[in-house]
Amino acid sequence: MNVRKLPRFLIAVVLFYIVVEVLYRTEILNGYLLHIINLSLIYVILATSLNLINGITGQFSLGHMGFAGVGAYVSGSLTTLILKLSVTNPASMLPFLLSIIAGGVVAAFVGFLIGFPSLRLKGDYLAIVTLGFGEIIRTIFNNIDAVGGPRGLLGIPKFSNFTVILVAAFLTVVIIRNLIESSHGRAMLSIRENELAAELVCVNTTRYKVMASTFGAFFAGIAGGLLAHLIQLAHPTQFGFIKSVEVLIMIYAGGVGSLTGSILAAFGLTFLSEGLRLGIRALADATGLPIGGEWRMVVYALLLIFIMLFRNEGLMGMRESRIIKNVEVD
Amino acid sequence: MTPLLKIEHLTHFFGGLRAVYDFNFEIPEGSIYGLIGPNGSGKTTIFNLITGIYDPTEGAINFQGENIKGMKSFRIVHKGIARTFQNLRIFGNLSAIDNIRIARHYTTTSSLFASILRLPSFKSEERAVKREALELLDLMHLSNRAMETAKNLPYGELRRLEIARALATKPKLILLDEPAAGMNPKEVDDLMRLISRIRDEFKVTVFLIEHHMQVIMGICEWIKVIDFGETIAEGLPDKVKNDPRVLEAYLGKRGT
Repeated sequence: MNVRKLPRFLIAVVLFYIVVEVLYRTEILNGYLLHIINLSLIYVILATSLNLINGITGQFSLGHMGFAGVGAYVSGSLTTLILKLSVTNPASMLPFLLSIIAGGVVAAFVGFLIGFPSLRLKGDYLAIVTLGFGEIIRTIFNNIDAVGGPRGLLGIPKFSNFTVILVAAFLTVVIIRNLIESSHGRAMLSIRENELAAELVCVNTTRYKVMASTFGAFFAGIAGGLLAHLIQLAHPTQFGFIKSVEVLIMIYAGGVGSLTGSILAAFGLTFLSEGLRLGIRALADATGLPIGGEWRMVVYALLLIFIMLFRNEGLMGMRESRIIKNVEVD
Repeated sequence: MTPLLKIEHLTHFFGGLRAVYDFNFEIPEGSIYGLIGPNGSGKTTIFNLITGIYDPTEGAINFQGENIKGMKSFRIVHKGIARTFQNLRIFGNLSAIDNIRIARHYTTTSSLFASILRLPSFKSEERAVKREALELLDLMHLSNRAMETAKNLPYGELRRLEIARALATKPKLILLDEPAAGMNPKEVDDLMRLISRIRDEFKVTVFLIEHHMQVIMGICEWIKVIDFGETIAEGLPDKVKNDPRVLEAYLGKRGT
């Protein structure tokens, strides 16, 4: 058997699943840590899908969490308000998964619509449009009473578990990777590299920009739905500008254009942010200094500044790990 | 026989600036034609008008009897006109072979669905694209650079890579914008042989802009000279070389 032809990424993910499950069953891993792992995996979906738009196609988007919000509210409304699913009923799993996909599809449609006006814009201008769009989505949720208005959509059943989220993250990475390594993905890369030259080697740049935006929004919608069913809440503030910037930071810290980088940064920064909370509290207890958990954001921001100063291409640059890369391509 | 490319009364203004004025040109199939003129005379603008980067103010551009004026660039390339750029536009962060593979994009037929699921049809198509890309790199003496990140290649090789990329779109007409710029004499010799080879092996008509008189006089069968967007001379290389208006445009008026 040819070792090179093994599906390395699948094997890595299965091993990860087994390790986490075993550690959790033997209570080495507590519920809190498992929650952080789940959050990290959701951020993997958000970061890799934003990387498709920003890193691969080179279109600077600042409203990614807006799409996640669409997914969260659509799937949350479906499971909570319309279908009134209950976690105790095992038959609810399928409608839940369909609701998540519905959230992704609606988000993709919104991404498709947003794609068009953004086509004539580049760089900073595109960033402002996507920023505005994200804020519009947030404001809309804030003002619809049926989904809780500023209180948020409460009482969403906790359907998201480690297995569901891991499978979703795995599929997201595989689909985006396969896309990048195809002729369609190369067309997207060429837009990032030089849009005029792309057009002059016969790439329909308009079509591929809209496609990247649609795909990115779809996965963001899926991530939003999973998040809402994990923390049992969909709240307007979760999907604001600051949250979009968090995902943006992940792709820059990991390396723009590298899926490996996005995955590592999603885990690294989620754990770092939580770890700092605990670390600073421990430091305050030990030294008696008047510092609270809120200082973690200062340290977090400083770390990011250092990453950018000393490694401005991010953790991975544009390289891809051999685990993620597809074997047949080379 | 109808010419491959026929340009009639092409005129273009940038605001109040007249960049190209009443440009007429016919290029028969299988020929190598040259366009020369001093800096800023509108040569590259003409290429940009042909390839749809600018929409001409006036005039008609017929390619194989079809009016391509006002078409989007990628459709014009699809019709069979490829080009290179004066100041290289390589996909710098991608490998040399990917630069070529991207240019094979429009001939690939695998759907998104087939690509994501990696169906057998997708795989065999990818293999074919890779093989063709390697063949082109080989022709350009770049096969040992296939996996190299393009921006790390030396200048002369980048020029050849850009020509290979243009050829990968399977054009009938290739527009070369100063292909010999920045090349040393040996590279210029190789380039001239290469251009003749491209014409013969790929059955591609060549239209080139060049400052290198050696290239222009050596391989072009017909030369058009423009200055300030207007044609000042046209004809066989030997005739153009001695045309007083051409000498004046390049060197200035003879003192009296």
